[in-house]
Amino acid sequence: MEFNGPSQDAILTDPKVIGKSTRRIDGPLKTTGTAPYAYERHDVVPNQAYGYVLGAGIAKGRITAMNLEDARKAPGVIAIVAATEHEPVGSSDFNHAPLFGGRKIAHYHQAIACVVAETFEEARAAAAMIRTSYEPEDGTYDLAKVAPSAELEKGGWGDARSDRGDFEATFGAAAEKLDQHYTTPDESHAMMEPMATIAAWDGDRLTVWTSNQMINWGKESLASILSIPEDKIRVDSPYIGGGFGGKLFVRADAVMAALAAKAAKRPVKVMLQRPLIFNNTTHRPATIQRVRIGTDKQGRIQAIAHECWSGNITGQDGENATAQTNHMYAGDDRMTASYVTQLDLPEGNAMRAPGEAPGHMGLEVAIDEMAEKLGMDPIEFRILNEPKTMPAHPDRKFSERHLVRCLREGGERFGWSKRQAKPASVSDGRWLVGMGVSAGFRGAPTTKSAARVALDGNGGAKVTTDMTDIGTGSYTIIAQTAAECLGLPLEKVSVVLGDSAFPVSSGSGGQWGAASSTAGVYAACIELHRSIAQKLGIDPQTIRFEDGRVIGAGKTVPLSDLGQLAATGEIDFGDYKKGYDIGTYAGHFCEVGVDRYTGEIRIRRMLAVCDAGRILNPLSARSQVIGAMTMAAGATLMEELAVDKRFGYFVNHDLASYEVPVHADIPHQEVVFLDTPDPYSTPLQAKGVGELGICGPTAAIANAVYNATGIRVREYPITLDKMIDQLPQV
Amino acid sequence: MDDRDLAVSRRGVLAAGAASVAVSQVPLSRAGAADSTAKPAQQAVRLSVNGKAHDLTLDTRTTLLDTLREHLQLTGTKKGCDHGQCGACTVLVNGQRINSCLSLAVMHQGDEVTTVEGLGTPDKLHPMQHAFVEHDAYQCGYCTPGQICSAVAVLDEIRKGVPSHVTSDLTGTMQPTNIEMRERMSGNICRCGAYSNIAEAMAQVAEG
Ligand code: FES
Ligand code: FES
Repeated sequence: MEFNGPSQDAILTDPKVIGKSTRRIDGPLKTTGTAPYAYERHDVVPNQAYGYVLGAGIAKGRITAMNLEDARKAPGVIAIVAATEHEPVGSSDFNHAPLFGGRKIAHYHQAIACVVAETFEEARAAAAMIRTSYEPEDGTYDLAKVAPSAELEKGGWGDARSDRGDFEATFGAAAEKLDQHYTTPDESHAMMEPMATIAAWDGDRLTVWTSNQMINWGKESLASILSIPEDKIRVDSPYIGGGFGGKLFVRADAVMAALAAKAAKRPVKVMLQRPLIFNNTTHRPATIQRVRIGTDKQGRIQAIAHECWSGNITGQDGENATAQTNHMYAGDDRMTASYVTQLDLPEGNAMRAPGEAPGHMGLEVAIDEMAEKLGMDPIEFRILNEPKTMPAHPDRKFSERHLVRCLREGGERFGWSKRQAKPASVSDGRWLVGMGVSAGFRGAPTTKSAARVALDGNGGAKVTTDMTDIGTGSYTIIAQTAAECLGLPLEKVSVVLGDSAFPVSSGSGGQWGAASSTAGVYAACIELHRSIAQKLGIDPQTIRFEDGRVIGAGKTVPLSDLGQLAATGEIDFGDYKKGYDIGTYAGHFCEVGVDRYTGEIRIRRMLAVCDAGRILNPLSARSQVIGAMTMAAGATLMEELAVDKRFGYFVNHDLASYEVPVHADIPHQEVVFLDTPDPYSTPLQAKGVGELGICGPTAAIANAVYNATGIRVREYPITLDKMIDQLPQV
Repeated sequence: MDDRDLAVSRRGVLAAGAASVAVSQVPLSRAGAADSTAKPAQQAVRLSVNGKAHDLTLDTRTTLLDTLREHLQLTGTKKGCDHGQCGACTVLVNGQRINSCLSLAVMHQGDEVTTVEGLGTPDKLHPMQHAFVEHDAYQCGYCTPGQICSAVAVLDEIRKGVPSHVTSDLTGTMQPTNIEMRERMSGNICRCGAYSNIAEAMAQVAEG
C-alpha cells in the first residue's frame, strides 16, 4: 500500500485502543525474567559451546605472531579461530571497521580470536593464554589537532553542506553577533545487554539468535561478511536489552560466533565481555562545533551558521551536529557544514539522534547566549525567530509544527516566570539554583514496513513482522494497531517479532520504528479487511469491525467464523512527503542546583513538552522520552570516552569509569504530549519520540547551570573541575 | 611468557607513541602459572534456589551468576558487566541483595538464593513486579530483574532501619522517601532511563 497523501481513515475518528495509555503486553515476561534475550536461549538448539572473544592490544598495525599452543592444550578447549590462521572476513554496507580482519589491526580491541570451550570459565582462561605480538604503526587520534584539515562529510545522515543567501556578508553587517565554539566528547551507547549471539549451522544454513535492532540489515550484512547467500541465513532477535543505535549493525559477536560454530562443528554462544564493548563496537564521535548568529537590534536572526568537525575511521561520515539547524530559526542568510577527518579510533556510528543530540548542545546554548546578549528572554527570543516554512528550504511547508506551543505551555507549567534572568541570583542554602530552556527538533522519518496479520479461528489475531522491540514498546503498539483495525480487545491479539522469517519491517532506529511499523501493520489489516469483505460479499468501503465481529451489507459475522484467514501488507511512502518538512518538536526545561562550595551539579526538575504526532501509547512513549532525558543528563554532566592520544583507545572502557546516570542523579521527570496528530506522517498520523527526547534537555541543563552560576562551560561534559575556580565568592 | 616480552611491553608503554617498537600483549597473570593443561578444580556445593535444593559440582571459578544462568538455566538474572558495576545480576541471598557476578557459587554452600523467578510468575506477579508493569518502570527489560530484586530488598532495608548515605536521622524511624530509595538503588544502572518510573513503582509498593 502506498501512502501518498494525508491520512483520513475513519478508524481514527474515535479510536478505542490506539492512543490509550496501555501497559506493555510483554511486561509480565520482562518483570519476571521470562523474556528470553539472545545469550539465554538454551532451548533453541542443543549442545551449545562457549566462545570468548579476544581483542587487539594495539590501535593500529599488524599482528606479527600469535602463539596459540597453550590455549589449544588448555582443558575444555574445542576450537580456536585466530586472526593469523583465518582470512579476513568481508565487509557490508553497514560496517566500516573490519569485524575480523586477519593480521591487520584497524582499531583497538578489534576481534583477533575466539576461543571455544565446553564452559565459559574454560574459554576465558584459554583466551588469556594466547600470546600475541604486534608491529604497531603510528595512528591519528587527536581530533582537535587534525580538524583543520577535515573535508566535507561524504555519505552521512544529513546535508554535508547547505547554503542559503550570503551568510558571511549578512553576518558581517549584523547589529548583534555571537561567534562561539562548543565541543562534545565521544560517547558510548552502554546499553545494559552486551552484544550477544548464539550461532548454529545446519549444513550451509546459518541461524543466529542475537540482539539486533535491524533484522533485515543484519541478514544482508552477515551474508556479505561471511560470503554466503542471504536466503541461507536466519536472524532471530525477539528481545533486545537496549541498543540506542549500537545494535543497528552486526557486530563481532555474531561474526565470531558464526565462524567459531563452524570451526567447533557445534553451536556456539558468544557475549562480548563488557570491557571489550567500548572499543570493539561503535560509539558516537566527538564534535567541535562553531555557531555564529547575527541579529538586528530587535533580536531578529538575519544570519546563522553552524559548522561541525568530527572524525571517523573511514574519514567519510562523522557526527553531523548541524542536522537540526536547517529546520530551526528564521534567518534568510545561512550556512551549515559538516567536516570529517580520518581518525584511527574505533568506528564511530549512529547513537540515539545521531547529529542532533550533540547538535542541540551547541546550537541551543548559542541561542541562550544570544538571547542574553540581546537582553531578551530565551523563550521569547526563540518565538520571535520561529520560521513560517523550513528555513533552509523555504518552499517546504511544515506539515504540523507546534514548537511555540511547546515552549509557551512548558514555560507555564514549569514556572518559567519565576526565573531570574541575572545569573547566580537565586540560592537555596548552599545551592545556587537556576533554570534553563531549550527547543528540540528531530526529524520524523518513515520507511517501508511489512507485516502479516492472521485470524486464529478462535476470535483472535496474530501479527508477525521482523520488527524489533528494543525497549521502545513495539509489541504493544503493534498489538494496539491490530486490535483497533480488527475491532478486537487487546488481549485477543498476539505479536511475534524479530525473526527474519517474517515480513520485512522498518526495524528500530532513527525514531522511525513506531510510526513505520504500525503503518505496516495497518496496511496488513487493510489487506485482511479486503479479503474478509470479498469472502462475505461486503463492500470494502463500508465494512466495519466491532467487538470481534464483522459488520456490513446487513450481516454481522463473528471473526471466529472466518477460519484462519491471513494477509500480508506493506506500507510504502510516496514522494509527496518531499514537499513537507515533517518533524517532531519539544520544549525542554530544567532546574538545577549547583553547590556553591564544590560545584557539584544536581538536577532538581525536568520537563519536556512534546509535539510528535499521534501518540500511540502515551505510557510507553513517555518512557521513551524520560529515558532520553536521562541519557541527555548523562551527555551533559558526565559521559565522556577519554581518548588515550598516545595509544589510540578509549581508556574508560567499563561501566564504572564510563559514567552514566544512576537513580540518585535523576529526579521525577515530567512529560507532556500535545495532541497533535499529523496526517502527513503515516496512516495513523503518528511519529516517533525516542530521539526527540534527547534533543534539547542537554542544552536546557547547560543553560540552567549557567543561570545558576554565571559560568558558561562550552566543553562537555560540564563537570565541577571546569567550574570550581569560577564559582561566585562566598 | 618470558621476562623479555614483559620488558619490551613496558618499554612500549613508556615510549608513549614511539610506535616502531613491537609490543606484546601478555597477560601478567601467566607469570609463574601452572601447566596450562591442568584440569580445573571442581567442588560440590548445595544451593537452595527459589526454595528448590540443587546439588551441583562446579568448576570453582563459576560465579553464582553463571551457575544460575548457565547451569540451572534460570536466565531471569542478567549479566550486564560481570564485575560488579551494573547491578543487573542482583539476587537475594539469605534475604540480602548481592551482585551475583561478584560471588563464586562455591562460597554459597547451604545458602538460600531468591531470583526474580522466585518472586513471581507472569500469572502471579509479586507486588513489586506488578507495580513495575503498572508504572512502565522498564523499557528494554534487561536491567529489570536486578532492579526488582534490589527494590524488594531496599524496602526491607528501610523497614529494618539500615541507614544509608542520605539518611538524615539515624535514631528516628526510617522513611522510604524518594531520595532514600534512589540513593539505595544507585547500584542498579538502567541505561533506558526508567528511574523516574521505578521510583514511583517503589513508592506505590512502599505505601502498601
Ligand atoms: S553483572 Fe553483576 S554487577 Fe553487572
Ligand atoms: S530497562 Fe533497559 S536498561 Fe533498564
